[in-house]
Amino acid sequence: MSILVDASTRLLVQGITGREGSFHATQMVEYGTNVVGGVTPGGRGKTVAGAPVFDTVADAVKETGANVSIIYVPARFAPDAIYEAVDAGIPLVVCITEGIPVNDMVPVYAHVKASGARLIGPNCPGLITPGQAKVGIMPGFIHAEGPVGLVSRSGTLTYEVVDALTRAGLGQSTALGIGGDPVIGTSFVDALGLFEADPATEAIVIIGEIGGSDEEDAARYIAEHVTKPVVGFIAGRTAPPGKRMGHAGAIISGGSGTAAEKISALEAAGVRVAESPYQVPGLLQAALAG
Amino acid sequence: MNVHEYQAAEVLAAHGIPVNAGQVATTPDEAERIARDLGSGVVAIKAQVHTGGRGKAGGIKLARSPQEARDAAAAILGMDIRGHTVRKVLVVPGADIAQEFYLGVVLDRPNRRTLVMASGEGGVDIEEVARERPERIHRQLADPVLGLHAYQARQLGFALGLPADKVNGFAAIAQRLYATYAAEDASLAEINPLVLTGAGDWLALDAKMSFDDNALFRHPSIEALRDPDEENATELEARRGGISFVKLDGDIGCIVNGAGLAMATMDAVKLHGGEPANFLDVGGGASADQVARAFGLVTADPAVRAILINIFGGITRGDVVAQGIREALGRVNVAVPIVVRLSGTNAEEGRRLLAEAGLTAVDTMDEAAAQVVRSAVA
Repeated sequence: MSILVDASTRLLVQGITGREGSFHATQMVEYGTNVVGGVTPGGRGKTVAGAPVFDTVADAVKETGANVSIIYVPARFAPDAIYEAVDAGIPLVVCITEGIPVNDMVPVYAHVKASGARLIGPNCPGLITPGQAKVGIMPGFIHAEGPVGLVSRSGTLTYEVVDALTRAGLGQSTALGIGGDPVIGTSFVDALGLFEADPATEAIVIIGEIGGSDEEDAARYIAEHVTKPVVGFIAGRTAPPGKRMGHAGAIISGGSGTAAEKISALEAAGVRVAESPYQVPGLLQAALAG
Repeated sequence: MNVHEYQAAEVLAAHGIPVNAGQVATTPDEAERIARDLGSGVVAIKAQVHTGGRGKAGGIKLARSPQEARDAAAAILGMDIRGHTVRKVLVVPGADIAQEFYLGVVLDRPNRRTLVMASGEGGVDIEEVARERPERIHRQLADPVLGLHAYQARQLGFALGLPADKVNGFAAIAQRLYATYAAEDASLAEINPLVLTGAGDWLALDAKMSFDDNALFRHPSIEALRDPDEENATELEARRGGISFVKLDGDIGCIVNGAGLAMATMDAVKLHGGEPANFLDVGGGASADQVARAFGLVTADPAVRAILINIFGGITRGDVVAQGIREALGRVNVAVPIVVRLSGTNAEEGRRLLAEAGLTAVDTMDEAAAQVVRSAVA
């Protein structure tokens, strides 16, 4: 078991003929992901990474039975790509694209919710269930199958922690990057709920960063609903207020959203918070031991 | 992107919000002339800088004559307010204030919707009100597609305790402020204070706006408001090269791929007793061009005594990244010690290439942070 993606995933790649789309489609196929097709308007009849290309998501769904879509289209076209996937009935849409204006994402989020679909991202690395399906841009080889569910707002920082876990012999049930933007489809709380319900996940790692209050919401949720051990790491202890640290959502504003607040909220909820990514495996082993 | 008060007021005025019309002066002479043109009444001289707390810092003064306006401008121009030098002042007519309010529009992250806030505590620090008397802030979440309904705007007016004949006027301004925020892709639109004058008219006495950097491509008129004097020149140059850069106060330069990892790298430097000189995300690929550009940005800071490069290679091969670093070093002269942390496919080969070039190359971020702190002290 795992969450959201597994061997039954039938993946569609939107923007598959682009530079990013074709590169990562190939990488995902090489990992063993079942990529059933791609979409590029006007690209019908082409083949990329062995997958047939369609003009529309609706056509692709009809022909291939795709049940997950991943989006690699530029920021100004990405909201439309999300609407297209959701309206074609795809239940899980993963948007990798960075730089989508916030005011575009607000109605997108509302539409996804109203449709009963789930969006992951945008501005995220995607998700992977090791040994079954890689739906994203992460390096597959650093992952291993195992009992740890991981959720993060970051990309390369997630790889850092995954790599440390794998080296310590701690494999992952699913590793999920929820994205660094202010408006994202799936929150920490959503992911925690899924991991709590997943029998293959025995412990959870949550990797947060400065900005917003998703980590505080996660802490409240953990205190009330999560029975599995949780280990955390928060990036940005040294970040100054009022400055956007790369990610659009990583900014301390009005004195809130600091790492210190998030760390104390998580600790109050019983989460063991690491000072360095390399402490995560040790804290997990201690938590799993009892 | 932030703009000055006078620019925000112009944006609001263009969307039909009554603002206190004034003019900008860059010299005391100009301030005097504007005050004279405005007539006989009291004028306010307001420092135009991208920071709050102008009042407390003495950056806002009242003047009862053109001569006083000149003196006030002379005192304020050149003043340092929280590290910002005042280069412009706004000269506006004094207003007959009967009542002050706060009105603001911002993203409500937990709800993933736009929030319109109003308070009877106008003219004061709204963050303090939010902390200490949250019940004094009234909120309405705008519909994600349809925006702020008229009834929601009226509800805010009634919650403020406005007399019935003032509610529609207030609601119109609340709806226009929401519309401005939405149309211009703002990340903040704030009127503080919004006043009701003795004559019973609404007037925006102050205005503050910031804009979503990701949406500036479709707002050339907003992009044109950018004030290079208010921005760190290195940060601007970085942005043009597709690099996220934030200047900090320490002496360890950081070059990292990925924003989260860049923050974690700064934290690791601190954890090992050093102080990061900057936040820097080179982006995904860490190509020779990007790394060379990053070296240029980091070494421009004379405080930098050592540089930490932290690249989690992932899909990008470690030997390719190492070649890129060597190539970049061939183009840019770097006089301080460099410690490279490199991981990913072919990382060992990459580290060998770096060692050949005389660089310290290590396996983990913690090791690299410890090393770079040592070499900065040495």
